[in-house]
Amino acid sequence: MLCGEAAFTPTPVQRPVPSLLPPAERRRCAPSVAWALAVAQEAVAQSGLDAGAFAVVFASSDGDGDIVHRLCTALATPAAAVSPTDFHNSVHNAATGYWSIGAHSQAPSTAICAYDGSFSAGLLEAACQIAIEKRPVLLVTVDLPYPPPLAPHRPVRHGFAAALALEPGAGLEVTLDGAAPDSLPLKDFEGNAAAAALLLLAALARPGEALVRLPLTERSLQVRKRG
Amino acid sequence: MKPVAITAFTATSTLGRGNAAMLDALRRGKGGLKANDFDRAELRAWIGRVAGLEDEPITGALAEYDCRNNRLAQIGLAQDGFREAVLKAKDRYGAKRVAVLLGTSTSGILQTELAYRRRDSQGNLADVRYRHAQNLYSMTDFVRRALALEGPSMTISTACSSSAKVFASAARYLEAGIADAVVVGGVDSLCLTTMHGFSSLQLVSDEPCRPFDAARKGMSIGEAAGYALLEKIEPHKIALLGYGESSDAYHMSTPQPEGEGALGAMRQALSRAGVGPGEIDYVNAHGTATPANDRAEDRALVRLFGKRVPVSSTKGFTGHTLGAAGIVEAIVCFLALEHGFIPATLNSSALEPGLESMILLQNRPARVKRALSNSFGFGGSNCSLVFGA
Repeated sequence: MLCGEAAFTPTPVQRPVPSLLPPAERRRCAPSVAWALAVAQEAVAQSGLDAGAFAVVFASSDGDGDIVHRLCTALATPAAAVSPTDFHNSVHNAATGYWSIGAHSQAPSTAICAYDGSFSAGLLEAACQIAIEKRPVLLVTVDLPYPPPLAPHRPVRHGFAAALALEPGAGLEVTLDGAAPDSLPLKDFEGNAAAAALLLLAALARPGEALVRLPLTERSLQVRKRG
Repeated sequence: MKPVAITAFTATSTLGRGNAAMLDALRRGKGGLKANDFDRAELRAWIGRVAGLEDEPITGALAEYDCRNNRLAQIGLAQDGFREAVLKAKDRYGAKRVAVLLGTSTSGILQTELAYRRRDSQGNLADVRYRHAQNLYSMTDFVRRALALEGPSMTISTACSSSAKVFASAARYLEAGIADAVVVGGVDSLCLTTMHGFSSLQLVSDEPCRPFDAARKGMSIGEAAGYALLEKIEPHKIALLGYGESSDAYHMSTPQPEGEGALGAMRQALSRAGVGPGEIDYVNAHGTATPANDRAEDRALVRLFGKRVPVSSTKGFTGHTLGAAGIVEAIVCFLALEHGFIPATLNSSALEPGLESMILLQNRPARVKRALSNSFGFGGSNCSLVFGA
C-alpha cells in the first residue's frame, strides 16, 4: 500500500492485547495504550536492541477519547464521582508509563502534543535526543477516533498507530522547512494527526533516496532519507 | 552540558501576578490557599486559585482561544516585562528562531467538562471548542500566536513533570541548533477532572496541604502560569546547569517507595551540571504532601544528599499546580538564587518521624549558588533541574 502497489481497503482490526503488561492490566488499559504498546513492542523486536536501551517519545494529538468521554460524563452527574483508574489513565503519558512498567525500563520518556503537527513534533524531539544524548529513541504515535458526542468536534475516521525504533546514524536527516507539507499517501487517514507518519513510512518502504515534508504548525519538517 | 542562560522569567499563581508578589509571599510566609470555592465547591478541599480569571476574557484576533486556561496563560504573559523580553529576542534572532515549549496536564478541558452538563436531549455537545480549548496544544498555540513566534512549538504533557521537562527539551533544541531562544513554561488551571480525579484516589487534603508533616493528609490543587526565556548565549546571572529525566517503571499513580526513579533523575541532573551533591545549596522538593510521595522523595534525597542539604516544598504556598509545578518551582529557585534566601515548607510544623533529609520549616537567609528542583508525575515520570547563579 505504501508503495502504491496495493489499494487500501479499510478492515476492522481487533484491539491488540499488550502482552508486555501483567494480565490484570492488559484489558484495563485504554485502547490508545494497547495500540501504543503493540506497535512499540513490534518495533523494538525488529531493532534487535533491548527495550531498556530506548528513551521513549510518545506523540499524539488527541490522547484517549474514550477516557475523556467517560470522565466528562461522570463529572456532569451531581456526584461527579470519577473512576480512579480512568483518572490515572487519562494522563497524556499513560502509554509511556505503562511501557516503562512492562519493559522494566527506567529510561527517560516524554509525551507530546502539537495538534495536527504532533507526529512531526515527536520526530523532532526524537531527533534532538538522538543528536544530543546519543542514544536510541523509540518514537510511538497513536490517534484514534473520538466517541460519538465528541466525534463531530474532532472528526477522525480511522485509528492509526506506528512506532519507529531510531538509532544514531539511522540515515535520516531532519530539518525545519518553510514549504507546505506533502499530502498523505492514504487519503482516508486525513484528519488523523498520528497518520502523518505514513509519509515517512512510505519513504522508508521504497528503496533509494527520498525527501518528504511532514506537517508542523505553519511550516513543515523535512526528512531526507539517504539511499 | 553547557549552561543555558535564563534571560527573563515570570510566575503568576494564587500568590499573585508576577515575581514580586511571589517573592513577597515567600518572604513573609504568607500562603495563597483558600477553602474550595471553585464551580459547585462540593469537595472539601483547599485550593490555590488565581483571582480575576472570570473577568478577563481573551478578545480580539485570538478570541476563539478564550477559556480559563488560556486566560491564565494571557495574564501570565503580561507580567514582569516577559512579553517585551521575548519580542526583543524575536528582533534579535528572527521569529522562526524562537521556539515555544510549554507544559500542561489538562489544558482547557474545563470547557468540555462544562459542555457535557449542557448536552441536549440527544446527548449532543453544542459548545465544545476542541482545537482552541480542549486539545493539549491549545495553550502553546495561543502563546505562540500571542507572541507572533514562528519557531517550532509543542506541548509536553507528562502530568506533574510537564513544565520541568520543557527545560530539558529546550536545552536540546538550543544545543542541536533548532532554535536560538526558547520560551519555556507551563499553564495549568483548575478543572473538575483533576479536582475529582485526585479526590477519587484519596490524595486531596481537607485542610491546607502540609508537605512532609506527620499529620499530612494529601495535596491542595492550585493553578498557575509561568514562563522563562532560554537563550544560547554566554553564561548569564541565572542559568540552567543540568537536567535529568527518568521513569519509575513501578506504578501509574504511586512512586517507587525507595525513590529509585527520583534518585536517577537527580543524579543525571548533577552529572550534566558537573557538580557534586555537596555543591547544591537548596533543593525545592516535589513535596506534594501525599504520604507516598513525601516518603519516597525523602528516601531519594537522603540517599543522594545525606542530611546536609536544605530542602523545602513550596506547595503549601501555591498548592500543587500540576503541569505548571515545574516552572513555578523553577522560579522559586530563581528567586532564592537572586535574593539569597530559602523558603519555608509552609503549613508544616512537625515532620513525620523517619524522614531524614534536612527539611526546613522556617525561612532562612542563605547564599544560594546552586539549586535543584524536583518534579514527579503520574506514570512515574521524573525530572530534576539544576539552576545556578
